[in-house]
Amino acid sequence: MLSQIFKQRSVFNTVASRAFATSKPFNYELIRLDEMRAGLRETAEKFSQDEILPHAHDIDVKDQMPMHLWKRMGDMGFLGITVEEEFGGAGLGYYEHCLVTEEISKASGSVGLSYIAHSNLCVNQLRLNGSEAQKKKYLPKLISGEHIGALAMSEPNSGSDVTSMKLRAEKKGDRYILNGSKMWITNGPCADTLIVYAKTSPELNHKGITTFIIEKGFKGFSIAQKLDKLGMRGSETGELVFEDCEVPEENVLGHLNKGVYVLMKGLDYERLLLSAGPVGIMQAAFDSTLAYVNERKQFGQNIGEFQIIQGKLADMYVKLQASRAYTYNAATMFDAGIKSNKDSAAVFLHNSRAGVDVTLDCLQLHGGNGYINEYPCGRYLRDVKLYDIGGGTNEIRQWLIGRELNKIAKE
Amino acid sequence: MKALVGVKRVLDYAIKVRANPQKTAVDLAGLKMSMNPFDEIAVEEAIKMREAGKVKEVIALTIGDKNAAETLRGALALGADSGIHVLTDMRIDQDLQPLAVAKIFQKIMSTRSFDLVILGKQAIDDDCNQTGQILGSLLDVPSATFSSKIELSADGKSAEVTREVDFGLQKIRVSLPAVFTCDLRLNTPRFANVQNIIKAKKKPVETVNLADLGIDVAPRLKVEKVEMPSERAGGVIVGSVDELIQKLKNEAKVI
Repeated sequence: MLSQIFKQRSVFNTVASRAFATSKPFNYELIRLDEMRAGLRETAEKFSQDEILPHAHDIDVKDQMPMHLWKRMGDMGFLGITVEEEFGGAGLGYYEHCLVTEEISKASGSVGLSYIAHSNLCVNQLRLNGSEAQKKKYLPKLISGEHIGALAMSEPNSGSDVTSMKLRAEKKGDRYILNGSKMWITNGPCADTLIVYAKTSPELNHKGITTFIIEKGFKGFSIAQKLDKLGMRGSETGELVFEDCEVPEENVLGHLNKGVYVLMKGLDYERLLLSAGPVGIMQAAFDSTLAYVNERKQFGQNIGEFQIIQGKLADMYVKLQASRAYTYNAATMFDAGIKSNKDSAAVFLHNSRAGVDVTLDCLQLHGGNGYINEYPCGRYLRDVKLYDIGGGTNEIRQWLIGRELNKIAKE
Repeated sequence: MKALVGVKRVLDYAIKVRANPQKTAVDLAGLKMSMNPFDEIAVEEAIKMREAGKVKEVIALTIGDKNAAETLRGALALGADSGIHVLTDMRIDQDLQPLAVAKIFQKIMSTRSFDLVILGKQAIDDDCNQTGQILGSLLDVPSATFSSKIELSADGKSAEVTREVDFGLQKIRVSLPAVFTCDLRLNTPRFANVQNIIKAKKKPVETVNLADLGIDVAPRLKVEKVEMPSERAGGVIVGSVDELIQKLKNEAKVI
């Protein structure tokens, strides 16, 4: 049948270790997508499965992402989803952004993470807080994929306690001179445009932080090292060094000493988007597991038919779908203008934990094969674990939610 | 120049085909439907011609029930300028057959001018490979089928086409207007990008009822039964040449 010929074409490729070219429709029936959103999800899936998935294994092994993917994602219109049309974006919401994030993540967790850092942490922050001039200057190339974006807040000694950051910004004439370093910065080593938080008034503590737009070519800016990570390999994470780095004063993003508000508000949107990352990885893990247990035979039957395995499959499905439902409901809430910090922390907390559970089960259900690196199970687990840590650790998320709940209780 | 592209809604190529319980047709209930892959290639070719400045407008046409609007919207999301939806509840995978489809195209074209018609060489559900050829004949224009390369002339009056045929590649020149049917290697269809998906919502779609066209679209072939091929029996290892001959004669009955 002609459909067989199509399976061999590179455009509709199937890789031996992968069971599905696209995930079966039943996975997406829970979230009722209108025609446009369904079309968007489908195109993001097709693109990711065709152009990102074939590289996923190598990206992990070599710890290197093929850089042409940025331009390809730019061509597809994925890099400026939440940016207004007048600045070259799609003018869509967080919901649509989550849909694309999920599909890219499903093909490669690493590319998904770099994608979130670029399109939300950098691009979305720029469009929310930038002046007209700043947006016109920096957004076009970030949206086309010609430039890569990043955001830097954490430092070697300021992780969860991010507002204790020490990167100093001193005003000298018409410019700021930055001294210090940033750590664990996604896309840091390859970014052209970075949003960086620094202390302009250390004596004011968290009220002395200012946000700056840094260009990779600024004098005094360099990369100390690309970090060798357990997972999300290929998504370059780096240590940034500022040695008398000169930043023109027009590159202040927002207002002087008001950076903490940019930072905290940004984290709310960031966590919402990040919650879609594990959903994609869980879908890949689930697809792989469902196919495997219906092919692998032991004791004369498919292992999927043993009750213990069925039970585990069911648990995986429940966690995947609950996470999916949570992300898209939270996104609907944010798109309606309700920017609840406890809810984006909550959905991210839920999904990252679910991600670890599901990928652990995936590995277990693949048995000995799951432990072999030729199979993607290890990569899924190593990639998804990052989500328990980055963007505010699980513990910070718990702390924030608890604090907010108590605040409300006292009102 | 205006190009008309046909897009058909078919069972997605990746789905395992099964007969319905009544054995009257392929079971489509609740299964994923997509644009015929050869039609994606046709749309891509038309868009490329427009991007090269050779064609001014690309119009997509689909025939089917209200769900076929999805396929038409897909063509718009790939870049077609507008769409025409011929509405019918007939089963387009077996009851609406190539002769009828060609007549529908001819009728639609009779009131609107087109310089090119680009179709997929066949649909992956019925595999007929007839519509393009019949349409060319009905319109009394050349048909360039199994095209793997189409080069429109500078003056827009002809096209040089490379066709994939049994003995290799054949190069022909056809005068325009003409019907082209697309083969696998003509191009690699693009993915619909976000901008085009958003734009597609606002592009005009004209809906026409099949009944209002006043054409005889009755099927010329009656489908008697649709069933799955019988299960392949396992192989057997024979012990000797004599046993092989015995089996070929008495069981397989081929000698």
